[in-house]
Amino acid sequence: MKLRTLRVTAFVSAVVLGAGGAFAQSTPAGEETPAAGAMSIASDLAAKAAHMSDPVVESTADHSKFDVLKGPFKSGPEVTAACLSCHTEASNQVMHSVHWKWEYQNESTGQTLGKAHELNAFCGNVASNEVRCTSCHTGYDWEDVRAPMPDDPTKVDCLVCHDTSGQYAKQDNLAGNPPLEPVAEKAKTITGKAAWAVDLIKAAQSVGPEPSRENCGNCHFYGGGGDNVKHGDLSSALFDPTPHVDVHMSKDGANMQCADCHVSDKHVFAGSRYETDVVDPHAGDMKPGQPREVASCTSCHTDAPHKGPNPILGMKLNDHTDRVACQTCHIPEFAKGGVATKTVWDWSTAGKLKDGKPYSEEEFVQSDGKHLHTYLSTKGDFEWGENVTPYYAWSNGVMTYTLPETEIDPTQTLEINSIGGGAEDPNSRIFPFKRMIGKQAYDAERKVLAYNNVYGPGNGTALWSYFDWEKSLKAGMDYAGVEYSGKFDFVSTYMYWPITHMVGPEDEALKCDSCHAKDGRLANIAGVYMPGSGIGIGGKLGLVIFLLAALGVAGHGVLRLFGKKGAHHG
Amino acid sequence: MAERYVKVYTRFNRVWHWSQMVSIMLLFFTGARLLGLHQIGPFGLAVTVHTVVALALLLLWAFATFWLFTTEGWKQFIPRIAGFAKVARFYAYGVFKGEEHPYHKTYERRHNPLQAAAYFALKMALFPAIWISGLLYLTYGVWGANDLGSAMLTLIANIHVLAAFAIASFVVVHIYLLTIGHGFREHVRPMITGYDKIDLCPEGEAYFAKQGKLKPLED
Repeated sequence: MKLRTLRVTAFVSAVVLGAGGAFAQSTPAGEETPAAGAMSIASDLAAKAAHMSDPVVESTADHSKFDVLKGPFKSGPEVTAACLSCHTEASNQVMHSVHWKWEYQNESTGQTLGKAHELNAFCGNVASNEVRCTSCHTGYDWEDVRAPMPDDPTKVDCLVCHDTSGQYAKQDNLAGNPPLEPVAEKAKTITGKAAWAVDLIKAAQSVGPEPSRENCGNCHFYGGGGDNVKHGDLSSALFDPTPHVDVHMSKDGANMQCADCHVSDKHVFAGSRYETDVVDPHAGDMKPGQPREVASCTSCHTDAPHKGPNPILGMKLNDHTDRVACQTCHIPEFAKGGVATKTVWDWSTAGKLKDGKPYSEEEFVQSDGKHLHTYLSTKGDFEWGENVTPYYAWSNGVMTYTLPETEIDPTQTLEINSIGGGAEDPNSRIFPFKRMIGKQAYDAERKVLAYNNVYGPGNGTALWSYFDWEKSLKAGMDYAGVEYSGKFDFVSTYMYWPITHMVGPEDEALKCDSCHAKDGRLANIAGVYMPGSGIGIGGKLGLVIFLLAALGVAGHGVLRLFGKKGAHHG
Repeated sequence: MAERYVKVYTRFNRVWHWSQMVSIMLLFFTGARLLGLHQIGPFGLAVTVHTVVALALLLLWAFATFWLFTTEGWKQFIPRIAGFAKVARFYAYGVFKGEEHPYHKTYERRHNPLQAAAYFALKMALFPAIWISGLLYLTYGVWGANDLGSAMLTLIANIHVLAAFAIASFVVVHIYLLTIGHGFREHVRPMITGYDKIDLCPEGEAYFAKQGKLKPLED
């Protein structure tokens, strides 16, 4: 009874609705049956829907079918506007991320960090060099980092993260914009390749859900102005690494993408070099299947992952995890896979000219035979390293930076960022770092790090065009609004970069006696007992007792020998 | 009184002694590797062998302790004053003059007073020190989270190493003393065959003969 009533009701409703629709369209009521009218609206909307007879694809949306993505597009923001017509909240999410703001509030130190604010040991500062530096920004047209990016949803660059056509690129001096027809002569992309005209329609129709390693890598592998220059553990070798280079990302390994560990929520990604997840605060209270929120080893592997080589060693290896970060043993060296990283950058020698012209020296030979610059008139002297042994330190993951107005002591090597934590802190671990060695300009009177203006063809001050430190620093400081005495010098610096990528296979992890030995890898680490690294007070005392016993016995034996002889002769 | 070869060391006694000897040697060797005194063999292998052998030795000790207390063998190890000075004087002086050892073994007291005192110290102080510190070291994973700065672990490890050296010193003296008197082979043989030369009164002789614990006279 009930079912029948329902059917009748549905029929009546359909007739009424259908008739309503028909009247609204002012078509004669008799021509079209009410039911067919309802069908036509549905089929309009679903005109492009795949049918059961079509192949099943991963995504629920084929972006090549959307009219709004058929173009033409004159610029990146026009593509973004098209994206926003469906994904109305996407730009808002992105604009709340570090990727967009280049600003990071470090709650534990109270410092305001991020590319827009800090000074580093590479190109120094973004301010006054914008269009070159912001070429890697997740947006378009950020030409003045002294002010935040304007609240303009169309300025978000969706394609840089979501393109899967492989031909989207950003030009290296257009404040984040892609090279478009006509491409300027000698223009380069941010990966250093000769620029090509990007096909925005092709890119827009290709978009996929999560960024692939190509999307991430095209910016992050080239940080510091070139392949692997900055991080040491992030290079183009990770596009297609062997398991030796990266067991997680290798196609012969887990074939993972960056985003598999760097999980995201509302376009904000886990993982930070300002506050690194040295320990995973939530690994213990996660329920099965619950999404992870942090990019830490233990969030997948737990803090007791070792099963072998035998149960005893497995247990003993697990005993290390309360003091030693996974990375320390499992990334014995970085800058693997044939791509070197910059280890020393001495700005103080920049600006030398030969016959009034800038010159370069290429004296580092990479394992693939490629010569890398060891001197540039624009940038100074360099050293490079491949398969570099990390620098180890206690770390709770929190970095404290030497901010632009921090007073420095130029007689000491200045730490651009200092590593927080120590042996007494339960949340600290012994962690590997790339220690970048630098020599950077500072205001010799005010004892603060100096902003430099390096990029700006035609502006009369940029170091890379005019090779004049006086002008470069004056312009940089003025632009940043920092008081400048006019006197400068160069200070030796260290900058620490956490090493967490390029994990090798387990049989390539450090062996026990890499550390458990005299002058082992962790010889500079205090506050942890490391058998084998030296003999303690107990051992010294014990050795004395042992030697006394041996000497006593030997003396006793010798005396007996003489005694017996004496007795014989007697 | 006659000196006869009596079965002083039972099979368990001898197995206990020699497996202890082998274990302790292995522990010294692997322990020295872990401490960094030599580099023979991988560190991880040394950890494994050291742990397995130590646990096996602890099990053996558990059996031996049970055995000692159920057979009254423990009484052999109770130190006493009587005759101590005489034995001490012998090692410090008489031995150089070619004197005879002042102590004659009996079935109930096979150790001389100095020996008994040394074994007592070994069993009551050094062995507990080494295995308590060793077990704590082994179970670091259970309590280590509260040991920030490694103060406890450092203390435990130092006690462990100190006790190990003290035991090693004992072993040196122990082996050296085998060379005194009738000679090394004479001293080692009883721990292999089980028979040692004991002063027996005729009644005792008859008793052990009946028990089948007397070695037949060779000539």
